[in-house]
Amino acid sequence: MAESAAVEFRIDRRSGVATYLQIVQQTKQALRLGLLEPGDRLPTAREVVEATAINPNTVLKAYRELEREGLVEGRRGLGTFVTGTLGGAAAADDSPLRAELTGWAGRARAAGLDRDDVSALFTAVLDSTFEGDQDR
Amino acid sequence: MTGTALMADGLGMRYRGRRGGWALRDCAFRLPAGAVCALVGPNGAGKSTLLALAAGLLRPAEGTIRVLGSAPGEARARMAYVAQDKPLYPGLTVAGTLWAGAELNPGSWDRDAAERVAGPLPSDAKVRELSGGQRTRLALALALGKRAELLLLDEPMADLDPLARHQLMGVLMAEAAEHRTTIVMSSHILGELEGACDHLLLVDGGRVRLGGETDDLIAAHAVLTGPVRDLTPHTVVESRTTGRALTALVRPEGPVDPAWDRAEPSLEELLLAHLRSPEVPTLLTPSATVHEAVPA
Repeated sequence: MAESAAVEFRIDRRSGVATYLQIVQQTKQALRLGLLEPGDRLPTAREVVEATAINPNTVLKAYRELEREGLVEGRRGLGTFVTGTLGGAAAADDSPLRAELTGWAGRARAAGLDRDDVSALFTAVLDSTFEGDQDR
Repeated sequence: MTGTALMADGLGMRYRGRRGGWALRDCAFRLPAGAVCALVGPNGAGKSTLLALAAGLLRPAEGTIRVLGSAPGEARARMAYVAQDKPLYPGLTVAGTLWAGAELNPGSWDRDAAERVAGPLPSDAKVRELSGGQRTRLALALALGKRAELLLLDEPMADLDPLARHQLMGVLMAEAAEHRTTIVMSSHILGELEGACDHLLLVDGGRVRLGGETDDLIAAHAVLTGPVRDLTPHTVVESRTTGRALTALVRPEGPVDPAWDRAEPSLEELLLAHLRSPEVPTLLTPSATVHEAVPA
């Protein structure tokens, strides 16, 4: 018996985001935050569908997409394992980039911006910085 | 190679005493093995009739239906059918019912699968003392314990509370993931089944209106909005004009003029538009179409 999987997916049927994309995005988010590391096993399709009541093909489609992006690898009879990383360790709690951003967010708040203002500003900077890049 | 779970050709059914009314007429479709199919349509559309024909409980008035490559009667051991009224023996206890399930399916009974579903039920309670939702649970436990290749479930979720619905749908999906079981579930509420199903059969007024992979059916349609203009050559399912603007749900025939604002319909939009427009021709995806050449 393999050890238990390292993540659990939450499916929001009302979000308007395709279900398979929610799995892809949550996996990437877990990678960015260091909650998933190379070698970790993703839950099997059976485990995911039993917990979420979604169609098994949706899970397989998400895993194929993650595999295509080089982030995971299916090993026959064993499961799907994380092979790639995202964002390095930059997102970890103690990283310098995160500390800078935390400082910036604090200054924005002190300057009188509310949560939505900060989010809009951050998104605008993000969009202009990564303009033309493929969404990953 | 994918086999065929269900294949109907010219299938029709009329009940005696209904003044010549057809419950189902001219139905032709194919459902590949391994599909999880939502059988949807309004009340009285013919969903239950179609399932009962597939289960071999009704004999067609015309045409044929083949189940797992055989006549329905010959496939009985390989399929499980849960009728809408969940027929069980009222005098048996829960434990007795499960025991009967094991005795009636020697060699194939999957005790664990049945227990997983029946677990929360009081095992000494008589069937007649159970609530509607508990009876559904017991009927599904029998169906899953049978380890069938094809599950035909008529309104399986109707009596269940949201928690039980989610859990049992999870059990069904795990069944499909692990054993490639073909599942056909009927409902008049799409929301119950959306997300769980990869195939769809829309039955309306005794006819099959749409059939095939959910993704492909959605991709075969588009919602177009823009200034009022001619929609030819596209097949219009439904269109609405508000002032100078036109919104239409169409099946694009050839390229769509880029001047239209084009969006993908939701499954619900697609179904409602078809139900409001009974004259729109049937659409079956290639895998749902009955070809002479498709090996059963």
